[in-house]
Amino acid sequence: MDISIRIGGAAGQGIQSIGAALAKFFCRSGFHVFTNQDYMSRIKGGHNFYQVRISELPLSAALDEIDILLALDQNSIAIHHHVVRETGIIVYDQATGTADFTEPASLAIPLALVATEANGTKIMANNVALGALLGLMGQDLAGINDIIQQQWANKGAELVRQNIEVAKAGYDFVLNHSDHRLAIPPPSTKGYLLLNGSQAISLGALVSGCKFYAAYPMTPSTGIMVNLAAQAKKHGIVVEQAEDEIAAINMALGASYGGVRAMTGTSGGGFALMTEGVSLAGMTETPVVIAEVQRPGPATGLPTRTEQSDLLFILYGGHGEFPRVVFAPGSPSQAIALTNKAFDLAEKYQIPAFILSDQYLADCQWSYAELDTDSLTYTDYRLRNPELEKLPSYQRYQVNDTGISPLAIPGESSHLVVVDSDEHDEDGHIIEDAATRNQMVEKRLFKKLRMLRKEIAAPELIGHRQPEILLLCWGSTYGVVKEVTEILEPDHSIAMLHFSELFPFPASEEFAYLQLLDQASQTISIENNAGGQFAKLLRAETGFGVSTLINKYDGRPFTTTNLLGELNEFLG
Amino acid sequence: MNSWDEIYKGQRPAWCPGCGNFAILNTLKKVLLEEGIKPHQFTIVSGIGQAAKLPHYTKCNTFNGLHGRTLPVASGLRFANNQMLVLAVAGDGDCYGEGGNHLLHAIRRNMNIKLFVHNNQVYGLTKGQASPTTTTPTPTKTQPFGALSEPLNPLALAISLNCSFVARGFAGASGLPHLNKLMKAAIHHKGFAFIDILQNCVSFNKVNTFHWYKERVYQLEGSYDPRDRAAAFTRCQEWGDRIPTGIFYQCQRPVFEEQIEILNKTPLTKQIFDFEKAKQEVNGFS
Ligand SMILES: Cc1ncc(C[n+]2csc(CCOP(=O)(O)OP(=O)(O)O)c2C)c(N)n1
Ligand SMILES: [Mg+2]
Repeated sequence: MDISIRIGGAAGQGIQSIGAALAKFFCRSGFHVFTNQDYMSRIKGGHNFYQVRISELPLSAALDEIDILLALDQNSIAIHHHVVRETGIIVYDQATGTADFTEPASLAIPLALVATEANGTKIMANNVALGALLGLMGQDLAGINDIIQQQWANKGAELVRQNIEVAKAGYDFVLNHSDHRLAIPPPSTKGYLLLNGSQAISLGALVSGCKFYAAYPMTPSTGIMVNLAAQAKKHGIVVEQAEDEIAAINMALGASYGGVRAMTGTSGGGFALMTEGVSLAGMTETPVVIAEVQRPGPATGLPTRTEQSDLLFILYGGHGEFPRVVFAPGSPSQAIALTNKAFDLAEKYQIPAFILSDQYLADCQWSYAELDTDSLTYTDYRLRNPELEKLPSYQRYQVNDTGISPLAIPGESSHLVVVDSDEHDEDGHIIEDAATRNQMVEKRLFKKLRMLRKEIAAPELIGHRQPEILLLCWGSTYGVVKEVTEILEPDHSIAMLHFSELFPFPASEEFAYLQLLDQASQTISIENNAGGQFAKLLRAETGFGVSTLINKYDGRPFTTTNLLGELNEFLG
Repeated sequence: MNSWDEIYKGQRPAWCPGCGNFAILNTLKKVLLEEGIKPHQFTIVSGIGQAAKLPHYTKCNTFNGLHGRTLPVASGLRFANNQMLVLAVAGDGDCYGEGGNHLLHAIRRNMNIKLFVHNNQVYGLTKGQASPTTTTPTPTKTQPFGALSEPLNPLALAISLNCSFVARGFAGASGLPHLNKLMKAAIHHKGFAFIDILQNCVSFNKVNTFHWYKERVYQLEGSYDPRDRAAAFTRCQEWGDRIPTGIFYQCQRPVFEEQIEILNKTPLTKQIFDFEKAKQEVNGFS
């Protein structure tokens, strides 16, 4: 079974709450779910959709063909009716739309009327639609009660009860007025967790001991701040909305200097403002984690859409030369693990560490049986009392073999912690002499980089071990390229190589991936950008040039359907 | 070795001889000694400029960050450690120009930060361009036809934002005992305390010289009531032949970090992280 439901409507019509409830329902019934969202940068009107894909097998991408279209306005019918499969159905309200075609099938439900007849109000019409969808899929409605309860809990018991009744009315309407049913196997006993990229990065921060998060709201990064703010009290985290992104990163650095793990998050435009602060982190060797959730640029671009166009910006953003790590998770579970690794390396090496996400990863929900927590780590690398106080003397930038000077906390002992954005000596005081300058660059950059390189994991290979066709990808395209690889693998010598740890660029000692690239007859870099930024990075770091680029820069993610189409001509 | 210049002895200053910064530095050292504040018990956060080099010339925890970004770093530090005395030292270009937005919001937040702005009405370190407080129409190398923008009145700005402590000091010998008192009052104030310190720049400000200030500054009279915001706003407009110094305005406002429940008992930096509890959140989620 592989069913996709698309809910279309204008902003403000509540399509997100219908989609979220549906996703939760199936996840709890033991189905795998993948959801993605397409929305405009407006609060009311326009056109948005929310898609839920359901299967017994794990899912990692979206399809273009759908089985049910719930159209909350005429626009949704016009835009999406042609992607409804022959066996599919369109559900709409005759008050807001018409379906003047015979194929695919359609079912008109007077949503508001059904709601009021069931003693509800017009505002509850969305729950009529939710009940109707579950009816069309032959589900047992009982499972929806808890979900409605959760969604409406803060509105009072009476409204919860009414909404449940209204959903039942929608469900019954389908039973009485339509024979159309989608075949869905009985639910399994074990439910799954649903997690999107924003939640995953927040969880990764929380589980890494992040105590301070400062940010300025910017789509699609704001979800991280919202999630952390919700956990703030329980887990002792301070979340501060800064006056701008410059303040956000400088606050994070101040907090980090003060002795806590600190993070900031933004999108490309906000990161542009942060770059001087990134450089400050590099010079002062202050640990900080920065999440950059990309959207299409340049400038304001397409604020609510997706793109992978800030890779090179993140690699080089910040004046001067200093080490950094850049991770680009491909899924929510990778986002937890890599956020954890970013915090660990940021503090271990006293550097800025980046999580590169995008709107697609941020908003897509994946389902998991269980999330791995065994491989998560927490080591406090700071020099605290009683060890700190015992030292006869302390120098913040002491030169040693590793380049990693002890990171003490100001105020914790009688030793002073002096940091400076000017070039400085071991004590942290301003210098200008050439010898000390050289010594500091050697310490800060070269020594640390040598060790840092060894921390970076090899890219992940999925598919044939000696492929003719090798698909290269990084970050959020992981899921869709994986699904496509798995579809093509039975008939083709194909594999994918996914890079989630991008900088320092993975060495090929542990896993000789360069050999695979050399041996493949086609190497195709699949990127959600116009310039093939990863392919450029690969070439700069290894000298290898890919044979083909597949780029998508319309602000929309790749789907399994369109990527398969794009690859067709290369399959022979 | 318990005189102020021994206890707080720092690097040798790279300021010009005769600079008003020396008087501010020495006054601060005396205040610290008189208040019994040991070098490790406070942090000076500064930006970039001649004034911002100050922490290196004393002995203290130091975050000498970027031009204009003093207050966000100071705020972050207070979030991490609300038991740390945090002094922010900036120049007029640093704080009113490059970092102007941060000043507005630091005043609004009212965190326990003591901000001392060395206001020499000029960009010193970059050699004499107009600053936000440069008098019109002073010509400079980058404004050969004169600085044309209305000079910023930092006190009026702060009072309009209901800043909980607003003062002006003068870094001339005659003003130092008074500056000493202002700094102490700022340190004892609960919340954000702001002192704009008039300071001469021997190299680049040929208009507002030491003598120019000395002839004009006077202290607000003893009967002046700093709780009266309207009066404060009126008095801070005085500029010209007579320039008042003192505490213009002071009020009690909720201190930002005191309103964050999780900081009430232990500073964030001393709170032990419960890794196991946090891990449970990962699967307990959704
Ligand atoms: C982002 C940035 N822009 C510009 C500068 C150059 N700069 C350094 S200090 C300064 C102004 C100094 O004036 P002020 O803050 O009044 O300090 P003063 O030297 O007068 O004490 C400028 C423009 C810089 N360091 N960083
Ligand atoms: Mg100045």
